[in-house]
Amino acid sequence: MDGEELTAQETALYDRQIRVWGANAQRRLTKSHILVSGIKGTVTEFCKNIVLAGVGSVTLMDDNLVNEESLNANFLIPPDENAYRGKTVAEICCDSLKDFNPMVLVSVEKGDLSTRSTEFFEKFDVVVIGYGSLATKKAVNEKCRKLSKRVAFYTVDCRDSCGEIFVDLQDYKYTKKKLEEKVECELNFPSFQEAVSVPWKPIPRRTAKLYFAMRVIEVFEENEGRKHGECSLLDLPTVLEIKKKLCEANSVSESHIPDSLLERLITGTIEFPPVCAIVGGILAQEVIKAVSGKGEPLKNFFYYDAQDGKGVMEDISNSFTS
Amino acid sequence: MDTQQQQQQSPVQGAKVLMVGAGGIGCELLKTLALSGFHDIHIIDMDTIEVSNLNRQFLFRRSHVGLSKAKVARDAVLRFRPHINIRSYHANVKNPEFDVDFFKQFDVVLNGLDNLDARRHVNRLCLAADVPLVESGTTGFLGQVTVHVKGKTECYECQTKPTPKTYPVCTITSTPTKFVHCIVWAKDLLFAKLFGDKNQDNDLNVRANKAATTSKETDDVFERAEDEDIEQYGRKIYDHVFGYNIEAALANEETWKNRRRPRPIYSKEVLPESLTQKNGSAQNCSATDDDSTVSSMPLLGLKNPQELWGLTQNSLVFIEALKLFFAKRKKEIGHLTFDKDDQLAVEFVTAAANIRAESFGIPLHSLFEAKGIAGNIVHAVATTNAIVAGLIVIEAIKVLKKDADKYRMTYCLEHPSRKMLLMPVEPFEPNPSCYVCSKTPLVLEINTQKSKLRDLVDKIVKAKLGMNLPMIMHGASLLYEVGDDLDDIMVANYNANLEKSLSELPSPVINGSILTVEDLQQELSCKINVKHREEFDEEKEPEGMVLSGWTQSPALNGESASTSNNESASTSNNESAVDVTESSSGPEIASKKRRLSDNDKRETENVESEDDDLMEIENPITVSKKKRRVA
Ligand SMILES: [Zn+2]
Repeated sequence: MDGEELTAQETALYDRQIRVWGANAQRRLTKSHILVSGIKGTVTEFCKNIVLAGVGSVTLMDDNLVNEESLNANFLIPPDENAYRGKTVAEICCDSLKDFNPMVLVSVEKGDLSTRSTEFFEKFDVVVIGYGSLATKKAVNEKCRKLSKRVAFYTVDCRDSCGEIFVDLQDYKYTKKKLEEKVECELNFPSFQEAVSVPWKPIPRRTAKLYFAMRVIEVFEENEGRKHGECSLLDLPTVLEIKKKLCEANSVSESHIPDSLLERLITGTIEFPPVCAIVGGILAQEVIKAVSGKGEPLKNFFYYDAQDGKGVMEDISNSFTS
Repeated sequence: MDTQQQQQQSPVQGAKVLMVGAGGIGCELLKTLALSGFHDIHIIDMDTIEVSNLNRQFLFRRSHVGLSKAKVARDAVLRFRPHINIRSYHANVKNPEFDVDFFKQFDVVLNGLDNLDARRHVNRLCLAADVPLVESGTTGFLGQVTVHVKGKTECYECQTKPTPKTYPVCTITSTPTKFVHCIVWAKDLLFAKLFGDKNQDNDLNVRANKAATTSKETDDVFERAEDEDIEQYGRKIYDHVFGYNIEAALANEETWKNRRRPRPIYSKEVLPESLTQKNGSAQNCSATDDDSTVSSMPLLGLKNPQELWGLTQNSLVFIEALKLFFAKRKKEIGHLTFDKDDQLAVEFVTAAANIRAESFGIPLHSLFEAKGIAGNIVHAVATTNAIVAGLIVIEAIKVLKKDADKYRMTYCLEHPSRKMLLMPVEPFEPNPSCYVCSKTPLVLEINTQKSKLRDLVDKIVKAKLGMNLPMIMHGASLLYEVGDDLDDIMVANYNANLEKSLSELPSPVINGSILTVEDLQQELSCKINVKHREEFDEEKEPEGMVLSGWTQSPALNGESASTSNNESASTSNNESAVDVTESSSGPEIASKKRRLSDNDKRETENVESEDDDLMEIENPITVSKKKRRVA
């Protein structure tokens, strides 16, 4: 691989992980640029992980002012009101992250992600949307797809003790180790829009219920104009109504999505830190894989639920219908 | 706050937890515990911070290098959760102050340890104190979390731990076939012989060549005369170990019938007449170098540790490194043991292993790779540690809520198995034949006339049973004990016993004898049924005794190196890496839960016992074969 070699300092710092993914992967990591928006618990964990791993740069977007709630599940914000008053979440987290690894450039980008032009995303190799709205996720994903270079696109969302990751790597080639040989593989990812439009009926029944439940919540927040997590038990009737409509439209029975699961998702609005650590860890691993081109990536949804303890990958694409 | 979280919070806030280990998993765990609302956390770690920790132990900064991990981790977490109680202990968990009473004050113990020995010790204390234990380990992208509650689930030692990779002596001394064999030879034999304790047993052939043997039978080529030129001495050693010894071995035709014949290598074939003129001398390097930074590489124009050196470069490094030891570190010669952080030692061992590899037609390796093998360096990344720490907290909360039906062991896989990257499995019930939690007697086959009590203490009681302060009894007769409070007469008695064969002891231990071995600190006592046996196979049973019904402890030397690369990283190229990659790709999991009556031995799984983030991984494949039920 071309490009300059790792410095002695980098080799010493990254020694243990170079033993996991090799020096070439480390070099690719140090040249990668990551855009992250929506900095709550899970994204905080993700940022810590990739900064430690030694990516080239991390750009943070989150203009929310720091308040009591943002301290929850976030170890990047010191709980000193004098220190955080008037600052945005991105600004405070940026200061802390810089400290984790001086070799990574961490910066803040102000403004609304969804209004950014397509060109804006060209600077990045990876875009991660945390806790985004349905419209934002669709729009940003489409912009990334319009670029001539491949921008790896991820969304992440945690509610109650559940988490969801979505991955779009477009047409993605990677090497896989099979016995002693390295095998070239290719995967074709659907866009976010395509993935969430897949008809439910042909999707195998053993597919994680969370996939369907998260779509219901997404539509609910979109229809009602709510921000992420802006809901309570009072909203349950409306949510169940949406579930009914979606199930009917997809010709599946309503038992497809347990009401109890929907209830958990709308009432568990405070993040559960262990789940943030788990989902933020998986997300970082996937980003590291995609940047380094090594290892089989997750395609294209991941679900974790602390209640049953399973972390499963679901491939939701039109392959069911074809 | 919703009901679910309220339920989670109350047992959490009132809980007093002990964390053992503030390293890779420990940093993540302390953070997640604090964020999750734990208020009273005690943390023990004897280590200090190193540069290679900083890529994942995110509570530490470069300015903390050399400081206590436990203390720095505590201070860092108090910065974002100032009002909780964290107490740090910069100490070894095996210290006597951490006794059963100490453990009893906690509601749950959480392990983030890096070695099997300490894990077993904590397991025993948790059993004795009746405190639940959540155990964990990671290597590369693989990880696992298990729950051990006395009487409800198996203890940490209920399952037989895998036998560490050990190599027959002759593979190392005469017939290496893999690079790791060359590393073990270079490190444990050659390096130890040249720079280590001269009185230590060493299987290296040190006798001078045939011509000399007639006159002086005892000539040891490794003896260096006071005025002998260092370079000449180095060449003499080189020619002896890579030339003469190989030639002597080739003389035994029987050995090479079905093997590739090695090639003797002499220094004059690969090196110029005199290095001193060509390179300038070692003395030229800066006088300010401290021991750990002395290096032969700059002298030879070598920079990149990942580069593969040829035979000539390795030979130059061999001679230059040896010269530097004598020129710069003379005082340490005779006391050195190999240390992966000792640059010059790593250079010497890499060069020696590569020259030997060349001789035997084994592919050469870079300094970076050789260091990993020689130093048993664990592969560690922040993400797996973070995930595992999250899983530990989830299990700890279940333990505090006494939600026994929901306890799970969870495996982090690198490749999904039945779509799962995180695979929960119901814990096993205690193994009724576990000598640790079920007090089942062990059987020891030993030559009671030849083996000394010392052999029994070193090879069985300490190495295999993992006892820290053992006491050995035969009936009412006390044969041996360790402690500060013993008087001189007793110490003299015990020392005398150590040198006696078992059958000559004051209370003779013979076929059919039953020994009681106890560790008062661990509150562990076990019975050993002794069976006399005359002969042992030197290669297969090198210890000269066989213990059955026990949990194996790993060898603490580099011989377990080859097991350290058990993930599919490109940088590792031994077969264990491949095993895991292949086999975890699609196991089927049967749905039958193991019962108490189901005594078939579970297979052993990979164990790591590494410098740093420890690891021990149970290979996920075996899960599938063993019919555990997935929750
Ligand atoms: Zn047991």
